[in-house]
Amino acid sequence: MKRFAALFTRLDQTTKINRKVDALAEYLAEAPEDDRLWTIALLSGRRPKRTVTATLLRLWAAERAGIPLWLFEESYPIVGDLAETIALILPPAPARENRSLTYWIGEVRALSALPEPERRARILDAWDRLDRVERFVFNKLITGGFRMGVSQKLMTRALSRATGIDEPDLAHRLMGDWSPETTSFRRLILDHDPSADLSKPYPFYLAYQLDDGPEGLGDPDLWSAEHKWDGIRGQIVLRGGEHFLWSRGEELMTDRFPELAVLKDYVPPGTVIDGEVLAWADGAPLPFARLQKRIGRKTVPKTLLREAPVILMAYDLLEWQSEDIRPRPFAERRAELGRLVSAAPPEAPLRLSPAVPFADWAALARAREAARDAGAEGVMLKRRDSPYRDGRRKGDWWKWKVDPLTLDAVLVYAQQGHGRRANLFTDFTFAVWSGNELVPFTKAYSGLTDEEFRRITAWVRRNTLERYGPVRAVKPEHVFEIAFEGIQASPRHKSGVALRFPRMARWRHDKPAQEANTLSDLKEMLAAYG
Amino acid sequence: MSAPLLTVTDRGICCPDGGFHIDPWRPVDRALITHGHADHARPGHGSYLATRAAAPVMRHRLGEIDLQTVAYGERLTINGIEVSYHPAGHVPGSAQIRVARRGEVWVVSGDYKVEPDGLSEPFQPVRCHTFITECTFGLPVFTWRPQPEVAGDIDAWWRANAAEGRASMLGAYALGKAQRVLSAVDAGIGPILTHGAVENTNDVLRRQGLSLPNTIRVTPELDVKAHPGALVLATPSALGTPWARRFGPASTAFASGWMALRGVRRRRAADRGFVLSDHADWPGLNAAIRATGAERVLVTHGYTSIFRRWLAEQGYDAHVVETGWEGESLDAPDDAEGGDDGDGNVVGGAA
Repeated sequence: MKRFAALFTRLDQTTKINRKVDALAEYLAEAPEDDRLWTIALLSGRRPKRTVTATLLRLWAAERAGIPLWLFEESYPIVGDLAETIALILPPAPARENRSLTYWIGEVRALSALPEPERRARILDAWDRLDRVERFVFNKLITGGFRMGVSQKLMTRALSRATGIDEPDLAHRLMGDWSPETTSFRRLILDHDPSADLSKPYPFYLAYQLDDGPEGLGDPDLWSAEHKWDGIRGQIVLRGGEHFLWSRGEELMTDRFPELAVLKDYVPPGTVIDGEVLAWADGAPLPFARLQKRIGRKTVPKTLLREAPVILMAYDLLEWQSEDIRPRPFAERRAELGRLVSAAPPEAPLRLSPAVPFADWAALARAREAARDAGAEGVMLKRRDSPYRDGRRKGDWWKWKVDPLTLDAVLVYAQQGHGRRANLFTDFTFAVWSGNELVPFTKAYSGLTDEEFRRITAWVRRNTLERYGPVRAVKPEHVFEIAFEGIQASPRHKSGVALRFPRMARWRHDKPAQEANTLSDLKEMLAAYG
Repeated sequence: MSAPLLTVTDRGICCPDGGFHIDPWRPVDRALITHGHADHARPGHGSYLATRAAAPVMRHRLGEIDLQTVAYGERLTINGIEVSYHPAGHVPGSAQIRVARRGEVWVVSGDYKVEPDGLSEPFQPVRCHTFITECTFGLPVFTWRPQPEVAGDIDAWWRANAAEGRASMLGAYALGKAQRVLSAVDAGIGPILTHGAVENTNDVLRRQGLSLPNTIRVTPELDVKAHPGALVLATPSALGTPWARRFGPASTAFASGWMALRGVRRRRAADRGFVLSDHADWPGLNAAIRATGAERVLVTHGYTSIFRRWLAEQGYDAHVVETGWEGESLDAPDDAEGGDDGDGNVVGGAA
């Protein structure tokens, strides 16, 4: 574990990408093969099954540190990370030894079979055998969510350097449903057999946000446009008579959307389609909130299937007749996709994302303005001759979202952030006027600069009216422009609305609190866009 | 019944009988000052009283002020109230202020740390009935490693950067932290360059007899390339500015107690965070409070409500007092150059 802890420290101690890649490439060339595989697994979001609950870990850590549990509970949100809080709070370790990462993961996995007193004894023993950084890493292995400031893209780059295998090739090998328990470094990375895994998706290509408008993109004829749909990006893999639906986060969603299973009847095996899963009825998308009800459910009750039926809005064709066609130009892939979709009957839950025709950039700008009316959140621009790349890369695909909806609201409550923002006020509640009363309607956490967060933090400290635990009611004095992507009726909220992606777009120093928007403005927006 | 010995007003901690305030945050006639940091020594008071060692920095920062000085341990009587200053170990010249009336003793801690840093007069516990204490780092997740170990880490970082020909840029408070780093590192590793705000404080402290290694002030004319592999001591707010960019691809770091939290380290996006604080850690706060023998403890700035509850469970009569003090903040503007945020608002406020 010392080698892995040292890697963690090196990655944590620099903000420079090249140094991170250097450290990781060295590790991936030198560490034992089992440890390499686990490291790749952890950095691509695969982790050992959870064998101890967070509740028990807190209890045991507080006990070992000799502090009351409430004090641990108060410290945790300030640190912002359970594994780190435990590592900081434990007394210095008496013993040291050096076992491999794989050994400790084995220890963590072995816990599941043990009764609770035995698990407790093993955990306390492990904490005694590890130093501070190793303890943090160990706790992370248990609690999951391992992030080391290294994206999968960087990890793939480092692995490419360590093995001499090309990055896109590696990215594909790393996709899909593997775990270190079911494969080995040699099998997965070195002796890769592409036919071994029928379910394997391709790495998603992600678009960059177009901030300055499309004029700089050159000749409009080189580009193809379609709507940017607001659903769940997904890739459907049809091979060997089976189908697999993957999310962008490489999660298998096949069972969550059983109505897509019929696509096996209409689309031949050896096909992979990139698209968006949308809740859909009567030729138009349903609000995202409907689809949201289906996220996170492993199985779907019949009522939900009726209320929020889904389709796949097809964007691109990645594999056709068992051939990887990603290198072919977008226009060709899309033409093939169009033929495929139109061959399916109209009741099939499959649509081709319609092209948005435009003669010049001004026409596209108008189409973008109208996107919200089509139930979309903007337009996508794709270069006609571009291959299907992997990851987020600039140049060939751009998303151009509609301007957000905005309201001016009064800051009424503030709460300190945690983790990176532990000593700043960053979590705010905003209100609109209803007569002389302020009605809270949304929270927002982001959008201000560090300097603005520092200023508002200083202001909050001096203008607190009342405290409710960690929440402070502040003088209703400051107005912020709140931007959001959508608005929905919500019986759970006092104001009767819920916003999508609310954030602080601007601090309106120029506006007195009395001039902020009203509840009736909010209701008008709900009527117009809800 | 007479008025309480000390009470809190909107101007600061006030001694009604003595007719003075301690570290007031709004202008008063007579201010007793624990130390020269901007949130404790503010401009605009009628008269000031501070330790001899704190006076030069205060004069440097506040200009022409009516300032009297006192030696550590010297007993003064102000309107019948007994007053004395005792080392707080926070920065050179920093003090706790002891106030007594007819045998009733209160101590105001100001900011303090219990580990000797080799530069500040070491903290001395003062017996009292009521202790008014800071608790900037009043959570059990804050436990400092001994200073020599942290200094060893800074040396190793500097040495490795110097070997690669890179500058090592370290953000540290201009008063206290910067000099502590200076006196703790191995000055033989390479040249030490200083930001103007740091060097101004160095000048003041050197004149009063503190021994610091040689440093080179960074001026617009200075050829930074003539000093490869230097340690550059800057104020925290200077990092990431055009001032910092002239040193090329430097490795960056902060020295602060907040660096104990990985999240804060990442937010500041420095390469390294050295956990070095001029405030007491959790064991330090608890030991200091025990050593006063006080039954009543008033907590001022930091994680006040949590720390108060902890003290109450330990059997103290503990309360939170809202003050205008701020403790260690990575997000404050340059400390040595005044504590205003530019709008005339005092940064920090009632924490």
